Amino acid sequence: MATQTQVSANFKSWPVILALAIVSLPLIVMYLYFFIDTITDSAPGSLIPNAITFRHWDFLWQARGNRPSIWPVALNTLVFATTVTIIVLLVSSTAGYVLSRLNVPGRGFFLAGVMVLHAFPSVTLIVAIFLVLQMVGLYNSLIGVILVKAALEMPLGIWLMKGFYDTVPWEIEMAGIADGASRFTVFRRLVLPQVRPALMALGLFAFLSSWSEYILPQVLAPGAKAQVLSVYLASLIADDNNFDLSLFKAVGVFYIIPVLILFLFFQKHLMNIYGGGSKG
Amino acid sequence: MRILLDKFSKSFGTTKVIEDLTLEVADGEMLALLGPSGCGKSTTLFAICGIHKVTGGRILFGDRDVTDLPSQARSVGVVFQSYALYPHMTVAENIAFPLQVKKVAPDQIKREVDAIAALVHIENLLGRRPAELSGGQQQRVALARALVRKPDVLLLDEPLANLDAKLRLEMRSEIRRIQLETGITAILVTHDQVEAMSMCDRIAIMNAGEIVQLATPTEMYHNPRTAFVAGFLGNPPIAFLRGTAKDGGFALDNSDIRLPLPAGTLSPADGSKLTLGIRPEDFGPLGDIAIPGKIAFVETQGRENLYDVRLADGSMLRSIQPVRGDIAVGNEVAWSASGAKVMVFGEDGARL
Repeated sequence: MATQTQVSANFKSWPVILALAIVSLPLIVMYLYFFIDTITDSAPGSLIPNAITFRHWDFLWQARGNRPSIWPVALNTLVFATTVTIIVLLVSSTAGYVLSRLNVPGRGFFLAGVMVLHAFPSVTLIVAIFLVLQMVGLYNSLIGVILVKAALEMPLGIWLMKGFYDTVPWEIEMAGIADGASRFTVFRRLVLPQVRPALMALGLFAFLSSWSEYILPQVLAPGAKAQVLSVYLASLIADDNNFDLSLFKAVGVFYIIPVLILFLFFQKHLMNIYGGGSKG
Repeated sequence: MRILLDKFSKSFGTTKVIEDLTLEVADGEMLALLGPSGCGKSTTLFAICGIHKVTGGRILFGDRDVTDLPSQARSVGVVFQSYALYPHMTVAENIAFPLQVKKVAPDQIKREVDAIAALVHIENLLGRRPAELSGGQQQRVALARALVRKPDVLLLDEPLANLDAKLRLEMRSEIRRIQLETGITAILVTHDQVEAMSMCDRIAIMNAGEIVQLATPTEMYHNPRTAFVAGFLGNPPIAFLRGTAKDGGFALDNSDIRLPLPAGTLSPADGSKLTLGIRPEDFGPLGDIAIPGKIAFVETQGRENLYDVRLADGSMLRSIQPVRGDIAVGNEVAWSASGAKVMVFGEDGARL
């Protein structure tokens, strides 16, 4: 019998599953209601929904009250996250290579400095950054937050990429040079493909981190024109006059859907980050 | 193409690795740079290929001075010890890369890749990636990639070091065949004397940044200029006896063994330190200089046996002979060396 061959585990699995299920039940219920509440109505004080409705989702097709429509805000968030990702990838992939391979003066000092920057809690900088942005006229603009966010993400990226470049054998570059390729061709066609898993992972990290960034846009670009989803969401909960928890949840679900989709498609690459490097 | 290193020097920081080395490799010749680790042979190779900048002297390919040319402009093919294949490309793409960089037309690239693949016998592997190849196959791909743009010079940096013994034997003759078929000038860097002797026209044996001797393998084996060269070539290696010159003969240290010096040796002054070198094949039952000793170890090699013979002073001689059953560890033997083959070296290691 098929079941006969499978009895090889030295313990029964159902008690474990049951225990785990009980422990994680609060989480599951939370996520469940997070979603259910956006498409149902329930009597005050009751957990059981009594009507299905889509009115909590009407923010998708009409702006409510004096709030901006959700679409420009979503677009802002997308532009914000994508641009930060691109900047981080461009700078980290080149800076990491330079730090790993080229003889730059002050290399050790630079690496240590980058490390310190990475360890620095960014909130402590926020007042200074605020003043700087105001002075250069980038306060309350998307460009300003993008630059700040990218700068704060970069130290991690540079270190990560340097580490990955370190694992690419020197001989591959020597071979490329001897084959007649320029230093840049060697970088682009021979070295960069070896660190692709790192680029994928770093890009994904940068995108997700920017997508969920709240403090920087809240402080540096609170205006309606540069608003991103996290700030929009916070403004909902801060609005004491017409407080709508279901709307808050609906916007929340809307906010996390892109993240879930990204995870669905790219989780393999995220796992890959440890499988990189070249094998002869 | 002829290669000339003219008073070539290379130092890293304040460390001088090579000073005033002059070496000429003839057109179509395969030359081995042989020496122990750290003798500067790989440094020389990388200087020829342009990866290391030269500190002094000139490097000429034919009549062209390439000393200050970057590697890309030199037309060298390099095979690395680790093969350095591009892991993200297929075999065909790997071989095509040097041509793509030169912007050769795609259909011509295809033709040339097919031709070179046929030469090194990897026609059926073109679609695979390096990770799916065995060591010997990777080696062939690396050779094909180095040769595909028809470089002036082929440089091989310990190409066989990562292969197992059987493949090494096969690739030795393969590399030589390919070199002869293409007629390319080649330089092989190795620390394995068997590779150097079996594959190359001439050997330049290096020690501490200098070429100690430059000769054909046979010449070098039978006529080593120094004790270092004699000790480096030959497997099993030559055995050395240390002693002093006495009455035109050789007195082994710490014993009363006296040996005549071979005819033709300049008689050294009495009391000067001497070293005798005796190759294992020149010591056995036949010979004219009897040296008594005791069997210390018998190494079975199948067709032959290698006998370690301990002399009265504790030094060791080796004898290689067809397998014989009448000798066991501990036996006293009185074998002899053939006087004409014994080599005498002076105190500084130079042959007398």
